[in-house]
Parts: sequence; C-alpha cells; structure tokens
Amino acid sequence: MRIAVASGKGGTGKTTVATSLVLSLAADGRGGEFAPGPPLLLDCDVEAPNAHLFLRPHFERVWEVGIPVPQVDEARCTACGRCAEVCAYNAVAVLGAKVLVFPELCHGCGSCARACPEGAITEVVRPIGVLRQGTAPGGVDFGHGELSVGEPMAGPVIRQLKQQITPRPGQVVILDAPPGTSCPVVEAVRGADFLLLVTEPTPFGLHDLRLAVQVGRSLGMPMGVIINRDGIGDESLAHYCESEGITVLMRIPFERAIARGFAQGRTLLETHPAYAPQFREMVLEIGRRIEETG
Amino acid sequence: MRIVVTTTTPDLDSPVDPRFGRGAHFVVVDTSTLEWQAHPNPAAASSGGAGIRAAQFVAEQKADGVISGDFGPNAHQALTAAGVGMYLFGASTSARQAVERFKAGELESPGGSVGQGRQPRG
Amino acid sequence: MKQLVILSGKGGTGKTSLAAAFAHLAREGACPVPLVLADADVDAPNLDLVLQPRRIEEHEFVGGSKAEIEYETCDGCGVCADVCRFEAVREENGKFEIDPLACEGCGACFHECPAHAIRMQPQVAGRWYRSESRYGPLIHAALLPAHENSGKLVTLVKQQARLLALDGGYAGLLVDGPPGIGCPVISAAAGADLALIVTEPTVAGIHDMERILETTEHFRVAAQVCINKADLFPAGTEQILDACRRKGIGVVGCIPFDETVTEAMVRGEPVTAYRPDAPASQAISQTWQAVVLRMNIISRKS
Repeated sequence: MRIAVASGKGGTGKTTVATSLVLSLAADGRGGEFAPGPPLLLDCDVEAPNAHLFLRPHFERVWEVGIPVPQVDEARCTACGRCAEVCAYNAVAVLGAKVLVFPELCHGCGSCARACPEGAITEVVRPIGVLRQGTAPGGVDFGHGELSVGEPMAGPVIRQLKQQITPRPGQVVILDAPPGTSCPVVEAVRGADFLLLVTEPTPFGLHDLRLAVQVGRSLGMPMGVIINRDGIGDESLAHYCESEGITVLMRIPFERAIARGFAQGRTLLETHPAYAPQFREMVLEIGRRIEETG
Repeated sequence: MRIVVTTTTPDLDSPVDPRFGRGAHFVVVDTSTLEWQAHPNPAAASSGGAGIRAAQFVAEQKADGVISGDFGPNAHQALTAAGVGMYLFGASTSARQAVERFKAGELESPGGSVGQGRQPRG
Repeated sequence: MKQLVILSGKGGTGKTSLAAAFAHLAREGACPVPLVLADADVDAPNLDLVLQPRRIEEHEFVGGSKAEIEYETCDGCGVCADVCRFEAVREENGKFEIDPLACEGCGACFHECPAHAIRMQPQVAGRWYRSESRYGPLIHAALLPAHENSGKLVTLVKQQARLLALDGGYAGLLVDGPPGIGCPVISAAAGADLALIVTEPTVAGIHDMERILETTEHFRVAAQVCINKADLFPAGTEQILDACRRKGIGVVGCIPFDETVTEAMVRGEPVTAYRPDAPASQAISQTWQAVVLRMNIISRKS
C-alpha cells in the first residue's frame, strides 16, 4: 500500500502527518494490518526536504543522480543542425559552425543523440542531486532526495528516488510530497494507492485544497483530507469537503505546544503520543477505502 | 551592416520590444540603405530557452548585430558564439531611432560578463 | 525601477501575508511607493485572495506540448515505448497509450515513430491575468493542476508586470514568490534587486532558509532575511540571527506570532489594513521601512 501525503499549500503539515504516520505504524511493531514490519518513508520534497530533521535517520547509502546530457564530438560534427531541430527545449543550438549545449535546459530525452546522422553525440550523466537511504529510530526505513542548489528540475530526482529506493514486499510506503500542484507533485504522487491531503481551515488552505483535489481527480486516485491546525479559521473548508464528497479522515486541533514542538524538531507524536492510535486507525480506514475502489 | 531590432509591431517605425527572447517581431535592417524586412519571432512559442532559439534565428539572418532591451545569459552566450554583437536600445523609442543611434555609435553593449544577478529565465 | 521578490524555501512561512501587507503599506503608508504587484506562485496563487482585485484581462498560457498517437496510422510497433524515458507510454493488449500526465513533450516518440503516427499537441497549461486591486495593479496566473512549465509561466507573469511598470512609470515590482528552490523560484528571483527571505524559527524553516540563501547567492541576487513568528521559539530565532551574522546577511524584521494575521486573511484583507495596531502589523511596518531603505541604498551604490 502506497499513501501519498500532499497539500497544495505549503506549510500545512505534510511532514508532520507523514512522519506521524510512519512512527505510529512502526510503534505497533508492524505496518498496520496490511503488512508485517515497519513502513518506508520517501521524502519526495527534493527542493526542501525536511522529514530527516524529525526522523533523524542513520544514512547507510548516499549516491548522486543526474540527467544524461549531450556531448558533441567536434571531429565528427558537421554542424548540420539536426540536433537543434529535434530538441524541444532549445538545449542544443547550432550557431555558425559551433554546437552549443545548455545543460540546465536539457531533459535527457536522448532525441539529439538519436537524430545525429554522424553519430557525433554521446550522452554523459550530469549530476543534479543526491539520494540518501537509511533507517530511523523505531525501525522506520527512510529515503529522500536532495536537489543540488542552482538546479531547476526537481522531477528527475523525484523519479529516480522512487525507482531506486524501493519497499520490501508488502511494506507500506508513505510518500511525503512537495507543496504545489504542478509537475513535481504529480511525479511524487503518481502510482500511489491513496492521496492524503493535508490542509488548514483558512482561505489559503481551502483555495489550494481545491487545486490539490483536481490533481487527485486527474490521476484518478481515491482521496481523503486531514485538517491540521483546526480551529484557527472557520468551517468553510469542512463544508467544502462535505459538498465534494471528500472524507475528512482526521482533525488535528491547533495547539501552541504542537507548533513549539515542531519548531524544535519534535514530531507530533513526541509532543502527543496519544495521537498514535488515531493515525493507525486512519491507515486501516485508508486501506479499506483502497479495497473498495480498487 | 545587417542589424536586427526587436519590435512590438512588424515595422521599422514600431516601438522597440524590450525582450530579446520573447519579443514579438524581428526587423532586419541594412544600415546603409535602411531597407528592412520584418519577421515574427520564431522563439515566442518556445517552452524554454527562447533566447537560444531567437539567437539562432538572428545568426541565420547573418546579422552583424542585434538591438534589444535586455539579453539573458543563454542568449548572451549563444549570440557571442555566433559572433553577433549585442546593443541595448536605451532611450530609443522606435526601431528606426535605435538604428540611427547605433550608426552614430551611441548605443551601449551589455556589460562584460553577464553577472550582476543574471540567471536563466526559462 | 526596483524589483523586490519574497521567497522562503519552506512553504507556509508567511510570504503572501507579508506581500499583501507590503502592498498596502506601499500604497497607503507614510511614504507612498507606487508598485506593480505580481504573484509568482502560479501553482497555488493566493495573493488575490487577500487583495481582492477586479479582473481586467485574461489570457491563455500555452506551456509545452504533449504527444498523441493517431490510432488510424499506428501499427503497434512499440518503438514509442522503447524510446520514452519518462514512463509515459504504456501497452495494454497490444495497444499503446500515452499518459499525458507523464509525457514531458520531448518529442522522442514523435521523431522515432516509423509510421509517423504521433503528433505533438501544444497544451493550454494555465491562464494569466491582469487585475486592479486597491493597492495597485496585480499580474497573476494559475497553472492548471498537474501541468508543467511553472517556470515559463512565472517568467511571463514577471515580464508582463515589468512591462506594465515601465509603461506606467511605477517605482518598482513587488513579487510574491513560490516555495522551494527550483525552476519557478529561479525564474521568480531573476533580475530582482532584493530577495526578502521569510523564514520561521523552526528546525525545518532554518534548514530550508539555508537552501534558499545558497540559491540566491548562486544566482547573485542580494538577500535579506525576515523572521516570522519570531517568538514561537526564541532559541531558533537566535540561531537564525547567528547564521545571518556569519554570512553577513541583514535581518530586516522580526515579526511576532500573532493570530491577527490569520484573522485578516479570513477577512480577505492585509493585516496592516485590518488592525494597524496589532503587534504583527507594527513589526511588518518596521520591516517595510527597512526594506525600502535597503533598496534605496542598493540603488545608490549602483
């Protein structure tokens, strides 16, 4: 079972929820009713990963990931311009007799290398980030990606994180998605069995939840909502969920103690261990809903 | 000399378009005869790297120089590789005026290395 | 003409609330500074919720293209699936299908298809708007959910805002930026005279502040820091002040945690307009004055 935790608006509590989910499941000594053993957390917010600050995993493996970019053999190149013609991103340009490559625009599709009639283009992997894998206290398996500063594209790092850090058979996976509703979020949540949307009961929270719901609908994923910082705004958000037929699976009331705990790097469960059974119950409920729709 | 100017409408008397990569039109001018021809900017629809595509167009026109409001770092790199000079239109209001100022040697080129907080704009 | 962009690294630190307050103070404060406002968070645009502007113009935004198979011509050879590097081509019972959400529009399948059965379709990926608010013109946009090319749409929003500012003789651009450090943020920061990094004194906030500061430094954009919810965790605030001192980055504001900010948001008003005497409003006002001063100083240097 793969549960993606996303939000639309940033700062609503994705990481709070994702870390609470894995810790609640691990505390039980099992991954909920659905799998033996503790779960795997994949922090897919590769631009600003935070989950490791709370789970404090011991990293056993660290490795670079990158994008294959063209390298032109000038001896073979005839400046015919075919590479520039096929590039959808203007990452290859032929100016006069010179071929210029703009690596930060390259998506690594390989079209230029295939198109070159002289076989003058080879692809060389250009590193754009790192992946780290390890285990956190409580037995939680952990993986995250970190995009290198200055690199524009988060997508390839997220894709490779999901391809290269994989669950054991039957292991529950919790994916902590980036904020927003565009490409990196889709990359993170694609393939998950359930989309758990974390929001706050304010106009910004509601507005961005609507967008996140549209993402879930485009992907055809079953969805549920957690209202975090309940009490700071009004009930419009709850009314919206009701009218859209989206279940509010849990509400976490705002408490200064939780906010302060978060500030200090303490997970919700460290501040309020009593939340653990609620999270476990929610995972069971999610599992039931997946079976219903699947 | 052949000079390209970015304009908002396809006309030598059009206002200059301050954007190189995504300017609306390119007017190609022969500076001695002032004969000109306007082309729509093929880079306008580019999903990324518009400055690079625009630079390729300018190079294909065998231009000696290009006048615009602003050149991003990718465009700068591409135009330099193509050997095309870059000029900023400054206070010129029309393409014709920019060309006259160019001929009088009054136009500045963008400062040395494109540093000063310049970065790819997509 | 000056450009101020508000960034954070971490989401939810208060960029939009601050941008709205700045817009109000710039228009109705002691020293009015006429600004064009731009919401560069095209994924989840929120500035218009607080500014409540009147819409003047609406335009479609075409992002990239997506590949589509023409089944009358397709002979099911599967070359498309072989060359696709983005897991966008799936096969079921001999029929090949392109997943539009995974397709990156690279055209590899289009170029390689031996039957020429694939066409590239330009996609409307969103909309951008020119609106008029109480505090000035607002250029904003919304990317359609699950679409890409945020960076390109951000660039478009900023270009339109810049053209408007130049035409109208405005003193500057105030850009409400997106979270993160990738393409949309890089586009939002491009050409800025000052990046104001809004952070919070939390472990996560500080971590992400370091990343966004590295990013602004990488692209040579001058940065200053504003600590929001500063009294939430004093030790965290100390840590931020220390880190900024070491890097030589000024901290231009410390805004206390204040429920008035959320109240103002619920009412659809900048907090400084809603309750000017609230602690957060007063701190924001001081921050704004420091920012204005900072930008004038920068202009005097250059």
